[in-house]
Amino acid sequence: MIETRDLWVRFGPVAAVRGLSLRAEAGGWTALIGPNGAGKTSALRAFAGLAAYEGEVLIDGQDARKLGRRAVARLVAFVPQKPETPPALTVAEYVLLGRTPHIRYLGGESRSDREAATQALRRLELERFADRPLGSLSGGELQRAVLARALAQEAPVLLLDEPTTALDLGRQQLVLELVDELRRDGLTVVTTMHDLTLAGQYAERLVLLDGGKVVAEGTPTEVLSTPNVAAHYGANVRVIEDEAGVFVFPVRSR
Amino acid sequence: MAATAGRAEAAPRVEARGVGLRAGLVTAAFLVVALAIGLAVGPVQVGVGSILRSALSYVPFLHVGQPLGAVDHAVIWQLRAPRVVLAALVGGMLAVAGASYQGVFRNPLCDPYLLGVAGGAGLGATLAIVYASSAAAGSNWTVPLAAFAGAIAAVVVTYALGRSVGATQMTGALVLAGVTMATFTAAVQTFVQQQHTQQLQSVYSWLLGGFSSATWHDVAICAPYIAVSSLVLVLHRRVLDVLSLGDDEASSLGIDVGRARLTIVVAATLGTAAAVSVSGLIAFVGIIVPHTIRLLYSTSYRAVVPLSLLAGAGFLVLADVVARTVLSPAELPIGVVTAFLGAPFFALVLRTSRTAR
Repeated sequence: MIETRDLWVRFGPVAAVRGLSLRAEAGGWTALIGPNGAGKTSALRAFAGLAAYEGEVLIDGQDARKLGRRAVARLVAFVPQKPETPPALTVAEYVLLGRTPHIRYLGGESRSDREAATQALRRLELERFADRPLGSLSGGELQRAVLARALAQEAPVLLLDEPTTALDLGRQQLVLELVDELRRDGLTVVTTMHDLTLAGQYAERLVLLDGGKVVAEGTPTEVLSTPNVAAHYGANVRVIEDEAGVFVFPVRSR
Repeated sequence: MAATAGRAEAAPRVEARGVGLRAGLVTAAFLVVALAIGLAVGPVQVGVGSILRSALSYVPFLHVGQPLGAVDHAVIWQLRAPRVVLAALVGGMLAVAGASYQGVFRNPLCDPYLLGVAGGAGLGATLAIVYASSAAAGSNWTVPLAAFAGAIAAVVVTYALGRSVGATQMTGALVLAGVTMATFTAAVQTFVQQQHTQQLQSVYSWLLGGFSSATWHDVAICAPYIAVSSLVLVLHRRVLDVLSLGDDEASSLGIDVGRARLTIVVAATLGTAAAVSVSGLIAFVGIIVPHTIRLLYSTSYRAVVPLSLLAGAGFLVLADVVARTVLSPAELPIGVVTAFLGAPFFALVLRTSRTAR
């Protein structure tokens, strides 16, 4: 569970996030949506302790500031939009780095760390890639390796910044299904997402940000309305809803 | 997720390779052979066996007799041994510092002189050679101390300059500040040197680097720094792997990136400054050695850092053997040898490893 109270993130005189208060429950998937520059990534980075913030971030009810960096890292796994994947590192070596918060500063992996990494590899069906260098993986395999590294961290909160940006349609679904399985295992999942249809398909709660503020919040049906998208994205869209969910299509206006 | 049962049962080998037993033994053997060659080769021929027995004669309770005559003994233990040991210390230090800088700045072209160590040391040494009173110049402390102080001062200024830009673009700013510092110190150094052309010879020979006047005293000056620095860097080998994921990800894995980077840079800089103060500026070792290990074995810093230490030591001992034998009795500057041997070897490694993949 992760909760924020009156969260502000500032870059000099500019506030990227203005008074964000939200609560993401264990076993739930919250998606932060909004136009470019709305403050989605800044908010997510503040959750992970990567951006300086005012206000409070509570992880499982504990103040993140008082926990310290290592303790936060044991509770929150963060996957950036473009993760750094040193091409010559093997998948196993890379996933093992996810164990860092559980290892002393100058220490090495123990047997239990190797077991946790093995579990993560197995969970994402990457066993046969263990010895392959990251540089030899396809985009979809690489994204799975990144997820495996985050999973090896064994943190109850998983933050993903745009997890599907560079993937084709099939790989997008594959990765999001994997994340959904992890959620069902009891992880708290918070993602930022550009694709509104996909956001509505996977997250049960959407938080629409604009100019750093929450402008709409609720189920996909409540948030993804034509006027909402028009007002905050400046986009002309058609929203179609059926039994499979809510679909947002761009429509050319002339 | 429809994993076939058979595949799921096959346990993958999940471990960081680090320094495997074989790679460790091969590299250590390379260093031992290099040390033996360094001791045995020279104008006075002494067999490796005699040298070994002579060394063993110093071990208490073994009762091995001293096989060497007085002259041979002096040549081996007072002339060659300090030279070989100093070359090993400096080579190991430059290689391990180069590997660490490359890791911290996530830039494969970084070398140990990146933050202005070389320029600062060069300026310090030049000032000492030119301005030190003849009494002070007679002491074998003056030039190394001045070089060491110059190197440290230059890096402190570089760090302050880089930091003033702000933490977010720290690494880029540091590299630029290092370039600025190197250019500036080189300019001042050249200016001073041109004012005192009568000392051009000694300044120039210091700058080119070498071990021709190595004594046990030089070894004693730099060994403590090099020992502590390389120990700190070797202990940080896994942290360097974490840092290779970038500041954000390392930080989200619980590493205090700023502090880790500072620790590594301070260790690498102190060791490099100590090495440079007794050897002058020896180029190339800090780049070639770590890259050769990456290309031949592994890019994980868990392997690169410790293996660079051993391989760098062996490499510089061999380069020094070449430097003092090719034009014997004259000596080549060792920087010429490292570049002359290193560049083609590196090109070869680069080519073969590219075609292999």
